[in-house]
This record gives sequence, structure tokens and C-alpha cells, in this order.
Amino acid sequence: MNQPAEPNSFRTGPDEQGMFGIFGGRFVAETLMPLILDLEAHWDAAKKDPAFKAELDQLGKHYTGRPSPLYFAERLTEHLGGAKIYFKRDELNHTGSHKINNCLGQILLARRMGKTRIIAETGAGQHGVASATVAARFGLPCVVYMGATDVERQAPNVFRMKLLGAEVKPVSSGHGTLKDAMNEALRDWVTNVDDTYYLIGTAAGPHPYPELVRDFQSVIGQEAKEQMLEAEGRLPDMLVAAVGGGSNAIGLFHPFLDDRGVQMVGVEAGGRGLEGDEHCASLTAGAPGVLHGNRTYLLQNEDGQIKDGHSISAGLDYPGIGPEHSWLKESGRVEYVPIMDTEALEAFQLLTRLEGIIPALEPAHALAEVIKRAPKMGRDKVIVMNLCGRGDKDIFSVAKHLGMEA
Amino acid sequence: MANRIDALFEKLRSENRPALVTYFMGGDPDYDTSLSVMKALPKAGADIIELGMPFSDPMADGPAIQAAGLRALKGGQTLKRTLEMARTFREGDDATPVVMMGYYNPIYIYGVERFVADAKAAGIDGLIIVDLPPEMDEELCLPALKGGLNFIRLATPTTDDKRLPKVLENTSGFVYYVSMTGITGSALTDVPKVGAAVARIKSHTDLPVCVGFGVKTADQARAIGAAADGVVVGTAIVNAVANVLGPDGKTTADPAEAVATLVRGLADGVREARLAAAEQSWRGNNPSGSRPEERR
Repeated sequence: MNQPAEPNSFRTGPDEQGMFGIFGGRFVAETLMPLILDLEAHWDAAKKDPAFKAELDQLGKHYTGRPSPLYFAERLTEHLGGAKIYFKRDELNHTGSHKINNCLGQILLARRMGKTRIIAETGAGQHGVASATVAARFGLPCVVYMGATDVERQAPNVFRMKLLGAEVKPVSSGHGTLKDAMNEALRDWVTNVDDTYYLIGTAAGPHPYPELVRDFQSVIGQEAKEQMLEAEGRLPDMLVAAVGGGSNAIGLFHPFLDDRGVQMVGVEAGGRGLEGDEHCASLTAGAPGVLHGNRTYLLQNEDGQIKDGHSISAGLDYPGIGPEHSWLKESGRVEYVPIMDTEALEAFQLLTRLEGIIPALEPAHALAEVIKRAPKMGRDKVIVMNLCGRGDKDIFSVAKHLGMEA
Repeated sequence: MANRIDALFEKLRSENRPALVTYFMGGDPDYDTSLSVMKALPKAGADIIELGMPFSDPMADGPAIQAAGLRALKGGQTLKRTLEMARTFREGDDATPVVMMGYYNPIYIYGVERFVADAKAAGIDGLIIVDLPPEMDEELCLPALKGGLNFIRLATPTTDDKRLPKVLENTSGFVYYVSMTGITGSALTDVPKVGAAVARIKSHTDLPVCVGFGVKTADQARAIGAAADGVVVGTAIVNAVANVLGPDGKTTADPAEAVATLVRGLADGVREARLAAAEQSWRGNNPSGSRPEERR
């Protein structure tokens, strides 16, 4: 009877201060504070406006191609010999990942706010491509900040963004990855406060971003719930998703958080192992701190300086995590585990050959965890994994890692 | 103990001149060099010292201060060492106000209670923390005020009249007006607009208002100092250090002397600010009048 008190619901956050427990908040420069308060006011109004939801649903259906299928991976299930494995196939969305769900929602908000210029940060380039796409669709100029290292390893997405009319600005400070791109996007925003909308790509940053990104991505979990009831007549036993900043994971998890029978696993980038600094497992190996507008788990040293981290996957190469995940970890509702670069590469190849689906390296991490767990579960159990992006962008860097010509 | 910041502004009021507030990066490029720069500042005419605490991800800073922070971290600077620098400085100077400026995370990791006590013991007079707006006052602002440190808030062009009272509520020492929307080291463009903004803030508070971001030259210091109670110079000082560092990071000349030369010029600028303003207003009233006598 000495269990810690559980909240009545895991779905009520954030509070009025934008906090999930001690996580989240609004740690921004005063210049930006009036802007995020304005965003919050517009977001609160949009949430209550049926026309906003109707337009977003319409775009989701006809532009993105929603609902995305819930696919029973029969050959993979047979190969692993345990739980039935379903994929929520957000890699089939327009632009090739779940990122478009959030970008459409936010560009409608930007338009409501009368903003005329879009900026975004990107790691793997999936959010950059999705931002450039919606900017083109709505006729707004778009600047995408991208770490110089990522510009190199995600070349196809850089070209795609340029074709879509966006300006890609390489950022060479730090290790030239997602963290540095986010710093530079914030510097742009603080300079161009009047006309610019900052389209954050993950469920992190100052309140209300973690909440609104989550809500735009929750369409993934809502659809999955309905589709699972249709396919199996019951809820799944386990959800698995990769976490970088954590937007695809929170999108899948959130609608299920109060279904206590559904176990949830978030998969972090273990990189080359947790012993040194070459990983991005902020929840497993980091500590709470304050960066990019929110308090959350961060990779940092004993002086509070942020580390750069490493992952084979540019989309997971971030030393922080969305604040709601930090809260879900501490409350014990979601389990977070690391997967190494090599395990993700093996999973990438297995899925390609067994199911004819080339996954992005980000969901390949989630898949590697599924490969570990499914065989230990009974055949009557059901796993849903979020296949949040397709791997076209990764084939060249995978070829390099495997020593093949692409 | 008397509040060094209040005492300073009291003195400057009687001298009818604005304060020269100088920012430098603690530990850039190494502890000893940086301490020598700190000691040189008041001797060259600086009234208040802003001691920069390096952070790996300075989101509100331009390239110059970003690079300075990385040099300092590479040179082994930590928050503990920055506090030690302040304590050592205090042994030889008990009058010049020292304000620590930076980002919240290193303080959060150090521990807020322990930091406030250690900063107070090291002779720190106030804090400027870029990423703690009034909405987050319970984090550090209230504990700092309780511990006897001033909490100096940034007001910006986006802080409108409706929001100003909230920003000023728990502010003490002085108000730091950010002259533009942008990062440190950007070009200052509209001096009259800054004057109007200072007047707007002064209509809400009796606290001194210092203006920073973009002030690099003695002429700019003179112009801004006509309206403001203080002029903050940061990037130009950080650049003066960077300019005497070779490609290998070794000094090619004495950084303390390079900074002192710059600061002497800026100090002349702020000392002339009110005279220049009076002169301008005298000229304005006497368009055909003869030229007033040279001041220097």
C-alpha cells in the first residue's frame, strides 16, 4: 500500500505556468516573452474554434493523406516469433514523416497571428522539409537553420528544402547539430520579432510549444486507437516509439496515457554506448536542467554546460528531450531505454528485407527495441510501433556505415 | 553593508553623469588574463562591472560573446572559478559594483541557495540572468533578493506599457534596457528611439535605467548617455580581448591594456554625454548663437 500517489489522469498537463510537474516552463529572454504569451493566447482561441480544427482536418486528409494506415507486419512478427507487431505508418505521409502534422497546425496558427515569415530548425531535415513544404503551400518565405554536420549527412533533404523555396542556413557553432540550429533559430526570432513565426519541430521549447506540438501530433495516437479497436477489437499491450525531442512518441502515447493496461516504451539514441559522451540518451543518462526555454532532462557536465552528444541519426542527435517526457519518466508511466547505433542499423536492414519498407534511422531505433521485446512476449500480445519516417534520406549515410556504394 | 549599486548612482547623480557599465567574459581566454582585465576596468573609468558567466548555449548572444564564452570554457572556467574571480577582485576593490551576467542552467546545477550565499560572500552585488523572465521569479529572483543580491531585469522594445509593471516589480539596482530586438553585438541604429524608450521606462520607475546592446564607440556612449543613467558596453570589450589573441589562442599583446585603452575612450564619452546634450539643447534654443566654448 506504499506505492507513490499516481495522478488521476496523465493527460491534464501542462498547468497554467506551462509546467509538467517541475518540467517545462518559460525560460526565455524578455524580448521573446511577449511573443510566447501572444502565441499562447492565439493557441487558446484556435483550440476552441471549430473552423480551425475543420481546416486542419481537411488538410490532414487531402494534403497529408491521413489517416495513415495501421499495418500488421506479418513477416516480421513471424520472424520474431512473439507478439503481433503493427506499424503506425506515418512514414507514408506527404513529406515522408510525422513532422507534417505539426507543421500544418502551426502554419495555420501563424496565419491567424498575421505572421509573414517562417523560421525553423531541423536535425535530420524532416522537419525542415515539412516546414518548407507548408511555407510553400501557404506562400510564406521560410528560413531553415540546420547544423553544418547535418547539412552534410542529410544532403537529399537539403536539396529538397531548396527546391521548395526555403533558404537553408548552415550553423557551424558547437558540433553543428540540432542544438546549435535551435540556438541560431532563437537568435533569428529575437531579432525579427514583428513578422516572424518560429515553427518549432518537436514537443520542446518554452510553453506553449510542448503542448501545441503534442496536440497536433496526437492525431497519430487517436487514429491508432481507433484502428487497433477495428483490427483487434482491443487496445494494444505496448506502444514503442523513438524519442529525439519526442514529438512522434508523445503523439502516439498521449491518447493512451490513461489506458493503464497499455505499456509504453520510448527509445533514445544510445549512440556508441552510454559510458562516454557519444550518445543522446538524455533521459537515461542525463539530469534535469534548463535549455531552449524549458526545464527538462539534459546531457550536461557538472558545471551545467550542455554536451553535444552523438547519434547515427540526425533526428535523435539532441542533448535534451520534450519536458512532458521528463515528467512521464519521473512519474513512471513511460519507460525509456537506449538503443545503440549498430542495433539501429541492423534493424534498418532487417525491416527493409522482411517487409519491403525502408525506415528512417529514427524509427529504426524503435524497431530495434521491438526486436528485443517481441520474442519475449506471447503470441496473443500486440505491439504498436510508430514508423514515423521513411529512410530515403538515410540511404547514403547508411551505405557509408555499411561500406557499400550507394 | 551599504548597497554598492545604489551608492554609485547616488554619487553619479551629484556628478550629473551616466554610469559606464562594462561587460567582460569571466575566464576569457584564461583565468589569470581575465582577472587582469577585470582589475583594469575600474582603473580605466568603468563604474560598474558585468562579470560574464560563460555558457555553452548563449541564445541571446552574437558571435563575439559566443566565441568568448567558448574560449573561457576551453580555458577551464566554471561557475565556481567565476565566483573565485569576483572574490579575488574584491580583495583589492571594495567599491566598484560587480554584477554577474549569464544564463540560468549553470546556477541551477550549482544549486540556487548555495549560489546566492556564495555570490554574496564573494562580494557580488547583483545578477542579470537572460533566460529568467518575471514569470519564473520563484526560480532565482526571489531567493536572490532575499539573500541580499540585486536582481537586474532586462526590459526590451517588446516590453509594452502593460507588461512593464510586471517586469519592474521585483527589479532592483537598475533596469537594463535592451536597445533593440536582437542579439548582443548587433548594430545600433536608432538613438532617438532609445531615448524615448528610456523616458517611457522612467515614467514607471525611480530606478536608474542603463542601456545596452549595440554600444561600441565613445560617440555612441556619449549619445546614449545623454538620455540614460548608464551605458553598457560588452561586445566591444570582448572584441578588444579577441583582437590580441593569435590563431593559437596565445596573447600577442596585453589584453588588459587593450581593454583599458578602449574603456578610457568610452569613459570620456559618458563623461561628455550630459554636456553634449546640454550643448545641443542650447544650440537648439539659439540657432543663430555663437559656438559655445570647447569643453576639452
